[in-house]
Amino acid sequence: MASLDIKGVQKSFGATRVLHGIDLAIADGEMVVIVGASGCGKSTLLRIVAGLETPTSGQVMIDGLDVTPLEPADRDIAMVFQTYALYPHMTVFDNMAYGLKIRGLPKAEIRQRVQEAAELLSIGQLLERKPRQLSGGQRQRVAMGRAIVRHPKLFLFDEPLSNLDAKLRVQMRAEIRRLQKRLAVTSLFVTHDQVEAMTLGDRLVVMHEGRAAQVGTPMEVWSKPADTYVASFIGSPAMNFLPATLVDGGAAARLSGGTVWRFADGARPGGEGRPVTIGIRPEHLQQVGADGLALTVDLAEPLGSETVLHGRLADGTALTARVPGVAGQAGVALAPEPGALHVFDAETGRRIDPGH
Amino acid sequence: MRKKVIFRGVALPYLLLVPQLAVTIVFFFWPAGMAVWQSTLRQDAFGLRTEFVAFENFLDLFGDALYLNAAWNTVIFSSSVAALALGAALFLAVQADKQIRGAGLYKTLLIWPYAVAPALAAVLWLFIFHPSIGLVGRAFGAIGIDWDYRVNGGQAMTMVVIAAAWKQVSYNFIFFLAGLQSIPTSVLEAAAIDGARPFRRFWTVIFPLLSPTAFFLLVVNLVYAFFDTFGVIHALTRGGPGNATETLIYKVYVDGVQNLNFGSSAAQSVILMVIVIALTAVQFRFIERRVHY
Repeated sequence: MASLDIKGVQKSFGATRVLHGIDLAIADGEMVVIVGASGCGKSTLLRIVAGLETPTSGQVMIDGLDVTPLEPADRDIAMVFQTYALYPHMTVFDNMAYGLKIRGLPKAEIRQRVQEAAELLSIGQLLERKPRQLSGGQRQRVAMGRAIVRHPKLFLFDEPLSNLDAKLRVQMRAEIRRLQKRLAVTSLFVTHDQVEAMTLGDRLVVMHEGRAAQVGTPMEVWSKPADTYVASFIGSPAMNFLPATLVDGGAAARLSGGTVWRFADGARPGGEGRPVTIGIRPEHLQQVGADGLALTVDLAEPLGSETVLHGRLADGTALTARVPGVAGQAGVALAPEPGALHVFDAETGRRIDPGH
Repeated sequence: MRKKVIFRGVALPYLLLVPQLAVTIVFFFWPAGMAVWQSTLRQDAFGLRTEFVAFENFLDLFGDALYLNAAWNTVIFSSSVAALALGAALFLAVQADKQIRGAGLYKTLLIWPYAVAPALAAVLWLFIFHPSIGLVGRAFGAIGIDWDYRVNGGQAMTMVVIAAAWKQVSYNFIFFLAGLQSIPTSVLEAAAIDGARPFRRFWTVIFPLLSPTAFFLLVVNLVYAFFDTFGVIHALTRGGPGNATETLIYKVYVDGVQNLNFGSSAAQSVILMVIVIALTAVQFRFIERRVHY
């Protein structure tokens, strides 16, 4: 149980800069998910926190104590690896007891702690097995157990669910969250899966090319994405982006096709003619009468209760819409839900909020 | 995937087997059979008369102090060579696995000794350990150590052990290095996070994971020390001084080729053959049950 502070952490491998100064404060008991595409530096950041990599500059503080110069062994952390990294020659019991034995705990306490963790994860009947006799899901549980028995200050998860099949992944995701809440251990979870990120985290860090593009609660990140990258990364199917210019003193946008959409939440600064990018999530497009935006559908994906329509606008811009019911027709007319439009600067991609 | 080809006739498959079978029969079964037969015979000193003596050659051997001495030498020699070659190779492999800069060159240099012929290797060691022309031998003399492997049996044994082990280090090194590199980094990282220091990490994680490799190498090294070290011993000490470095394989040569005692030499060969068969059986059994992590 501890807080974690990451202060100005930078990392370069040779001439390649992978982290451009990350600042992050994690409160005691909080679960923060670092999400980003592969190569964004998220795993490197986690490994720096674990002490497996040394930052080029910056500090990692656990409970206010600077642990940057410390070995992983001295940081009192536990990590769950993507490949589980179980000790292949040890039984499940020994795998879980390894860290405790090193710390010289009495045998009785080791046994008790391992039993507790095994029950918590319902792997009590597997304690005498070797890792190769376990299924992927069971290995995952053992890896979790090995982290839990240590009662560490910090849990680190390095994409622990990506080697599981889809069904098991959903199940383990819920279990990890339940467990983390119950044990209230400060946790850092790295994933490339935005659904995992949304469901697991108290807060998200969306990383992009070595920078934290946005830090916030899942709903903040989803409803007010800081830039077009975050907007396109979080949410499925991904947000649509339409080039437009501000009109009507910033209170509306004229799409390149000529359609004018008004902002329900107030005028954007910058005045007439400012080039912007309008973001609209597929689920925020409604089917309307003939006066909507005309979409030529070239692919309809029925999902049962709703249908995802992929198509093109009159000027060729690709657009995806998610509409209720079955809609398979060749063309539909669409309009945004009020207040669902996101406005981004056309050049920098940064979000433009009303006012100022 | 194993591809099975089914031949229509009977002749072709046998025809294809003939070269391999011929080689095996001519160069293995025939001489081995001859050795077994010879081991039950005894010739007089002039080779004029040969009589069948059944197991008498073997019984004589087990009562012969010189033979028992050679057997004991072999035990000392083989276990020392195996221990030294395995230990040195493991140490070097662990270092090579760590080092990054210049690792390629380092590995290449370590693998070279394997390409050196045993007799050449022995001459090389001679230049190092010879009391009057050897580098180390002279240095020993200079600091007052009474070094002369030509008269001191212990020193002679030490030298042949070092020379024989040196040849085998390269081979062991390659296997150990491959074994080390097949241990996933994440497992070692997990151990580090679990609080294990490098020393502990080595003995509780790396070494157990290397143990299948180590066992395989142990058998290979024993076989090497038993049977492939004739050249080294012959070039360095010729089994001397006073039989101090005479191993079983060397005694086979001495009794058969120098003393022309074919019966006894053949009996010794048969014993060695039994040993190598036993070692191979252990090896095969082990490989069958080998644990793949």
